[in-house]
Amino acid sequence: MIEALHPNRIGSAVRSLGRAVLFLLVALKRMRCSVFHVGETMRQVYYIGVRSLVIIMTAGFFVGLVLTLQTYDTLNRFGAGDSVSIVLSLALFKELGPVLTAILFAGRAGTSVAAEIGLMKATEQLDALDLMAIDPMERIVQPRLLAGLIAVPLLTMIFNAMALLGGVVYAVLLMGVDSNVFWGNMQNAVGLWDDFGSGVVKAAVFGLVASWMAVFYGWTCKPTGEGVALATTQTVIATAISVLLLDFVLSALML
Amino acid sequence: MKSSNQVEFAAGLFLILGLAALLFLALQATDTEGFQRQDTYRVEAMFTNIGGLKPRATVSMAGVKVGTVDSIHLDPATLEARVVMKIYEQFDDLPDDSSAAILTSGILGDQYVGLEPGGSPDPLTDGDRILITNSAVVLEQLIGRYLFNTDGEE
Repeated sequence: MIEALHPNRIGSAVRSLGRAVLFLLVALKRMRCSVFHVGETMRQVYYIGVRSLVIIMTAGFFVGLVLTLQTYDTLNRFGAGDSVSIVLSLALFKELGPVLTAILFAGRAGTSVAAEIGLMKATEQLDALDLMAIDPMERIVQPRLLAGLIAVPLLTMIFNAMALLGGVVYAVLLMGVDSNVFWGNMQNAVGLWDDFGSGVVKAAVFGLVASWMAVFYGWTCKPTGEGVALATTQTVIATAISVLLLDFVLSALML
Repeated sequence: MKSSNQVEFAAGLFLILGLAALLFLALQATDTEGFQRQDTYRVEAMFTNIGGLKPRATVSMAGVKVGTVDSIHLDPATLEARVVMKIYEQFDDLPDDSSAAILTSGILGDQYVGLEPGGSPDPLTDGDRILITNSAVVLEQLIGRYLFNTDGEE
């Protein structure tokens, strides 16, 4: 603990934050649009988005199921079991959907992106690109950043839809809440822009952060097997912490 | 390794699936008034106390939703609350001597504005003011009055 608070440690933590910000700024500055980039970005959307679908859908379904199970039983003691869809939808749209999707995404796709770029660095592929006058920042980093920005909001929506399905399965099919009451209560309680929109904004921010952390740790890792392993670990840790921290900040801002 | 065509097809399909989920949630799970540009006209009413009434609360007549509360301000001259309501255009034949009351749905429910029809042949139109109003019942004041009364009797 005392070692962690040593001025050198704090200094290096601030420095690595600064490096990450500078890295993002450089990546954004060199951003160019061309047909090739659209194709490459779509390919990355496939690798990090489509390949994450199974875990996102499974996790979403069970999160919805268990959240409904817990809140329905508690609410039912006060005779308010019908309001379960309000708790479910607000919790999902505003907090759980974006946060859990981003953290799952970091574990599923962020690690593979970090390891891929780290391995490219270890096998000197990035230098080879540079020698061929291809900017690796533009060729490798930019499509992955954009793909995260596109994929995470969409994955969040799929996560939310699956979680609502889980809620419907438990509340409507198993517990016999009327289906019109279930949806009607939700529609009355959830504002399109205030509640639903803020979740979409959060998901986009988290998507950028998750892919940013992945490419940054891959890009800056030590070009050894150990360095790549460390980079994947750090990607998950950094994404989880920054997403949870940003979630609080964004919630406070949009309240 | 999959061919480039298949990858692009899967990515496109994923985009469509994600956007479909977005649309489904936005339409099915939210208060879609953000979308519907239903034509409305404005009516205002002055209340001495609005209790916990908030913008976007329901305005109903005979239990049917006929509009929403648009804005609430304190009138600087009379120090009363000026509640501006948006009434849907389809309800354009409400009598202009209708009265408005702030009611609560259930004991702990949301507060809403209930309109009580009058008998006038002229309809309410844009910019009209509802003259007969009934303020919100504030539970604390009721309890306070009740306690005060029993104290006086003893």
